[in-house]
Amino acid sequence: MYRSAVYDEPLLKELEDHHEKEHSSSLQSLPKALQRSTALPLPNLDETQVMRHFFHLSQMNYGIESGIYPLGSCTMKYNPKICEEISRWEPFSLLHPSQDASTIQGTLQIMYELEAMLCEISGMDHFTLQPAAGAQGEFTGLLLARAFHETQKDFTRDEVILPDTSHGTNPASAAMAGYKVIEIPSTEDGTVNLESLEKGLSEKTACFMLTNPNTLGIFESDIVEIARLVHKAGALLYYDGANMNAIMGKARPGDMGFDIVHLNLHKTFSTPHGGGGPGSGPVGVKQRLERFLPVPRVVKRGPTYYLEYDYPDSIGKIKAGYGNFSSLLKAYVYILLMGSNGLKETSEIAVLNANYMKKKLVDSGSYTLPGRALRKHEFVLSCEDLLTKRGIRASDVAKRLLDYGLHPPTVYFPHLVKEALMIEPTESESKKTLDLYIETLLKIAQEDPAVVKNAPYNLVVRRVDEVGAVKNPIFTWKDLPKKTEPS
Amino acid sequence: MEDHYPLGVLMQFIPNAPLKKSMLDSLGDHDIDDLFSDIPEKIKITHLKLPEGLSQLQTEERLKILAQKNKSFCELPSFLGGGVKPHYIPAAVKAVVSRSEFYTAYTPYQPETSQGFLQAIFEYQSMIAELTGMDVSNASLYDGATALGEAALMCTRIKRRKTFVIPANISWEKKCVLKNYTKGAGITLKELPYDRKTGKIDVRAYQKALDLDTAGVYLENPNFFGIFEDEGEEVATLCKKNQSLFVVGVDPLSLGIAKNPGEYGADIVIGEGKSLGNPLDFGGSTLGIFACMNEFVRQIPGRLIGLTKDAEGKRAFCMTLQTREQHIRREKATSNICTNEGLCMLAAATYLAWLGSEGFRDLSELNFQRGQDLEKMITKVPGYQLKFNGTHFNEFVIQCDDAKKTYTSLLQGGIHGGLLLGSEYPDLKNCMLFGVTELHREEHMHDLVQLLREVA
Repeated sequence: MYRSAVYDEPLLKELEDHHEKEHSSSLQSLPKALQRSTALPLPNLDETQVMRHFFHLSQMNYGIESGIYPLGSCTMKYNPKICEEISRWEPFSLLHPSQDASTIQGTLQIMYELEAMLCEISGMDHFTLQPAAGAQGEFTGLLLARAFHETQKDFTRDEVILPDTSHGTNPASAAMAGYKVIEIPSTEDGTVNLESLEKGLSEKTACFMLTNPNTLGIFESDIVEIARLVHKAGALLYYDGANMNAIMGKARPGDMGFDIVHLNLHKTFSTPHGGGGPGSGPVGVKQRLERFLPVPRVVKRGPTYYLEYDYPDSIGKIKAGYGNFSSLLKAYVYILLMGSNGLKETSEIAVLNANYMKKKLVDSGSYTLPGRALRKHEFVLSCEDLLTKRGIRASDVAKRLLDYGLHPPTVYFPHLVKEALMIEPTESESKKTLDLYIETLLKIAQEDPAVVKNAPYNLVVRRVDEVGAVKNPIFTWKDLPKKTEPS
Repeated sequence: MEDHYPLGVLMQFIPNAPLKKSMLDSLGDHDIDDLFSDIPEKIKITHLKLPEGLSQLQTEERLKILAQKNKSFCELPSFLGGGVKPHYIPAAVKAVVSRSEFYTAYTPYQPETSQGFLQAIFEYQSMIAELTGMDVSNASLYDGATALGEAALMCTRIKRRKTFVIPANISWEKKCVLKNYTKGAGITLKELPYDRKTGKIDVRAYQKALDLDTAGVYLENPNFFGIFEDEGEEVATLCKKNQSLFVVGVDPLSLGIAKNPGEYGADIVIGEGKSLGNPLDFGGSTLGIFACMNEFVRQIPGRLIGLTKDAEGKRAFCMTLQTREQHIRREKATSNICTNEGLCMLAAATYLAWLGSEGFRDLSELNFQRGQDLEKMITKVPGYQLKFNGTHFNEFVIQCDDAKKTYTSLLQGGIHGGLLLGSEYPDLKNCMLFGVTELHREEHMHDLVQLLREVA
């Protein structure tokens, strides 16, 4: 199992052992008024120091090759090495975004074909690859919804409805796009409450945003009826694709009635998360929304690909360039490798793994499963019993897992479930690893609460004081001398 | 036989594929479709209409063919400007971002097992604050254009006013992104003309434009035409008097030699940080720099890392001021951003550490010098004039008789010329934006000039 290295690694600035020499500028033409008047305060180190520093840091960081990483709604699957390698080839990585179309035909072909692949996987008609992440995809989708309604001279729709189990980015994106957010309560089962939805829908509704399967890992079986209600009200149905890994080759948002879809390539299609980006959140739409998609679009005329800007109804641009291309390329390679059967197998085993873990954990009696039994690729357990009986919270379980060299699940989300542990094993893990994870969770439930509540013990630091970080904020090393007492 | 489903290479990525039946048995299910019984029949599909999977060897071969249809900087030296340019990436930087502990990690929500990345982000924040002259930097946004959008939103949140002032000498792309970012908040964008001779802003226009509804004012330095703005202090004074926030956009590389925005009174500094150790990537792998003064930190968008202690008093790092963020505050968050540009930020941190203050200043100087040299070489050729007379960094605008013809001839000659400005800037017909960096060899520059001479 993973064991973190333990270094007292100094800050780069503290590593510096020589100070910069006097520098006389040879520049004649940069007017004095424009010149820097102060010395540039970056640390001066040699390459050995820099490499040892970052090497040490890397050894105190958990990645997908360190072990299982079952963060719910994050789809932390293994990232095939071949995708990384190809993305670094210079004919792809050393292209300027404004190069003449005749000199970038390979790249444009990849984008064109990737759009078609994503259309087939999601059941949509057209895609834009521009958004840099899922949240930006949501934002883009909502700008498309606004453009759609406004083109129909419908200016009254200023509300976005979403369930209380939705990802935090959904309401945040809706607010940024200028919409009022209406949150509807879910059923006890954790699914969309049709009555509340119907009551919420009106001539003011622009869009209903939904994740399916939802954040509890439950498939919204009423989806066809949901789509009918939303469309009857003249609103659009938005699909948050964070959980697409559950249904590839089994069902498609386009067939369910969704009008706008975003997919997270850094989740479902294995382009890595990069410690929090660069990501990629392409957006797909049905035909009636095509003309609003961001420019440029990749088009093919005869055998040649072009970047086309001539779409007068387009919302324009939402990001510089055309998206994080290296992520697009990795997703393209991943889809080629997996193919039709492989993607289907991916979802089947992701769902099988989740239900396997769920059953064993629930059967044990230590953790409970609010809501219906059948889950898709993830499930949310509650530690409420553990808390009442033994005083152990979800966050304690999470920290204790770290001691055993395992990455914890997502905790305290969705808010509907008390003391939530949201587990998504993905298709990447072997049965042996799943069994180990289950055993460890059960073992923790039986451990001395005092031990669990003070975990972790085996990492580079003990439990981190996040409250202290807010009370006494230190955001840069400039803040250090005046704000911390000498140790 | 179902336990040995013939998936071949797929088994490398789906270890439990052969155990399907026995695992289903343990669940009391018979068929994998039992696990999908909650999907209504009418929307079920049986398969995706995509080709079957390829082997890794076949995949590489296919991608090699596609790669051959591209002409990268290696085969086609390019002098395209527009904010994105190729730079040398030290092998050390590539080595650091290739460590899978970093590139396969998630956002560091569990600080105890993410101390490495968290410390690196803290160091990035520190170095960006030093470079820009600000107190705080966040842990990155998507790119320079969206950083401008977020800055405008932040100004209106702080000032509760609804107008944001921008100069016309910024890129069309940035204006377009800004428009989309500010539309929902009902912000009015006021665009001010630039000085046609110098290419710089016109301070008088700023003076006239600011009023009681002005939340923030933007200045880009160097601007889209590559020219240094030297009246930042004047704009800062105007902003202060009007109680508006002053936002400055930078090319971080220029800050090795140029005055930092903190020195001339900026409140918020944004920029595109791709040049700090990230590949061209066809315009991807971007890095949105966002820094500000301390008093505004509670309104900053995106992630922020703080230095704190663990339970035993040892130095530790964690995400902080999270109540600004979407996962806690939902529709009241300061931004919807979740995934940012973590790995590009790590590349920038490594790059700045590798160069150090001496290396960074030298590189900045070299880029400035290259810009001056190439401009002089080009303007010596009859028929090519410098469009603006302001001091420029490593990009500049050249005017000629027929820019499109020049562009095409250069391309035929194996050199990619500057960015054609005519379509987005009607008054800059027959103008090209050239960019040059340390990566352009002398011979590239001579070949370019030789070809220009032949065209003219």
